[in-house]
Amino acid sequence: MNYHWDWGIFFKSTGVGSEIYLNWFVSGLGWTIAVALAGWIIALALGSVLGVMRTLPGKLLPAVATTYVELFRNVPLLVQLFIWYFLVPDLLPTPLEMWFKQGISPAASAYLSVVVCLGLFTAARVCEQVRTGIQALPRGQNNAALAMGFTTAQTYRFVLLPQAFRVIIPPLTSEFLNIFKNSSVASLIGLMELLAQTKQTAEFSANIFEAFTLATLIYFVLNMSLMGFMAWVEKRVRIPGMMGGNK
Amino acid sequence: MKLCTRLICAATLAALASTPAFAAELTGTLKKIKDSGVIVLGNRDASIPFSYYDNNQKPVGYSVDLANKVAEAVKKELKMPNLQVKYNLVTSQTRIPLVQNGTVDLECGSTTNNAERQKQVAFSVGIFEIGTRLLTAKTSGVKDFADLKGKNVVTTAGTTSERLLKAMNADKQMGMNIISAKDHGESFLMLESGRALAFMMDDALLYGEMAKAKNPANWVVTGKPQSFEIYGCMLRKDDAAFKKIVDDAIKATYKSGEVNKLYSKWFTSPVPPKGLNLNFPMSDVVKELIAKPTDKAAE
Repeated sequence: MNYHWDWGIFFKSTGVGSEIYLNWFVSGLGWTIAVALAGWIIALALGSVLGVMRTLPGKLLPAVATTYVELFRNVPLLVQLFIWYFLVPDLLPTPLEMWFKQGISPAASAYLSVVVCLGLFTAARVCEQVRTGIQALPRGQNNAALAMGFTTAQTYRFVLLPQAFRVIIPPLTSEFLNIFKNSSVASLIGLMELLAQTKQTAEFSANIFEAFTLATLIYFVLNMSLMGFMAWVEKRVRIPGMMGGNK
Repeated sequence: MKLCTRLICAATLAALASTPAFAAELTGTLKKIKDSGVIVLGNRDASIPFSYYDNNQKPVGYSVDLANKVAEAVKKELKMPNLQVKYNLVTSQTRIPLVQNGTVDLECGSTTNNAERQKQVAFSVGIFEIGTRLLTAKTSGVKDFADLKGKNVVTTAGTTSERLLKAMNADKQMGMNIISAKDHGESFLMLESGRALAFMMDDALLYGEMAKAKNPANWVVTGKPQSFEIYGCMLRKDDAAFKKIVDDAIKATYKSGEVNKLYSKWFTSPVPPKGLNLNFPMSDVVKELIAKPTDKAAE
């Protein structure tokens, strides 16, 4: 194939101010991390509440959580993003709508939309893992706690959740990596995260393969580091004698 | 002496070998087309009115018509009346690699001929020339780029307008918030929904978006062009034989005046899919390009 390779492209001027293409990748990586971490905080908090709700006795609370999961898991992420970015602002009261569209910078409104979108989407997935984590515990744990006079809240707080969260660290790691990868949808509403900067570099420089190769490497190294971090966390919180903790 | 005769001998043999086989000595794209019996044209899905889909999902447009002129010329050159013409959809990200790797033989859409792309592909003589301007509401009070200080301005990601706008913002410290939308339709949505005060893009595409608006009379294309860009068809580099056929076919439509018919068909008459009229009269730069075709980048 008749391709003009130029790996030095990242150090060349973009023609915008005094920036080189590498600056774009660095700033893109910053946005990717900012989107994913904020989304993850929402996902973990909301997902844990929903996961607990699905395991509670009674009918109403589990039904609400189940509906949430079905709704957010079965609508494509991109469709959800467009709903949050294009549709929801138009349904807000006018002052809030104007604030969102014009009061804050376009990057900020795109950021808010994508963080909410990714957070709520991933919450549905975290919810399922928290639920399975709780259900994987021996039934006796719950019964024993209740027999000792713990309230339901205390049972979850002191007996069930500390064990369940330790059990689900590996699948949670996978969701944690997913939110970093999924954050690339932000490029479609104009947030200049890593993928958007990559596409922009490819367009401006016409060195498409170099741009995407660098982006691949950055995503790979980022995700490998996150995996390493989560493995460290798992080891750190391990309790000898417990499920998966007897090594 | 002996050396001399040997040289002459070799030269004669070479000449003998090549002359009768001339027709078969095709190289590059022409050889590929001859061997496969197919010419593949790259098309776009939403570059109105250059290259896009009509109601029957068939690629149509000004650039598509010109590409078909080239296909006709290739048929004649290769004496293949049954040459099959196939279309392959490209996006702004895939168009260069697909031309380079041989998936697409000729891409006529709305691709700007510039120095960066010339490193990767060759361009035909220009098929259109645009100026980068602004689309805004008639009531917005925006007359030129200077009126955009501190305002939200939208442009389409990966376009020259994006680069110009960012450079202008940095150089003149205008404090604009620049939104990079993913395609022209979304850029216009940002403008229409009030997220941006103006939309900077190639004037021809702005007229296309305006024609699609709910009420075209509410919008106006304004501002001094910030750059001129020549659109060309992309083909593989270092393929002089194919490039000559492409260039000659395009120049022939310029010389015969047929291009004027094509122009009015796509820019000043109702076009599919909705029968909208762009009302975009031929600019002086396009007239000049037709009078003096060039395969160089603008400026």
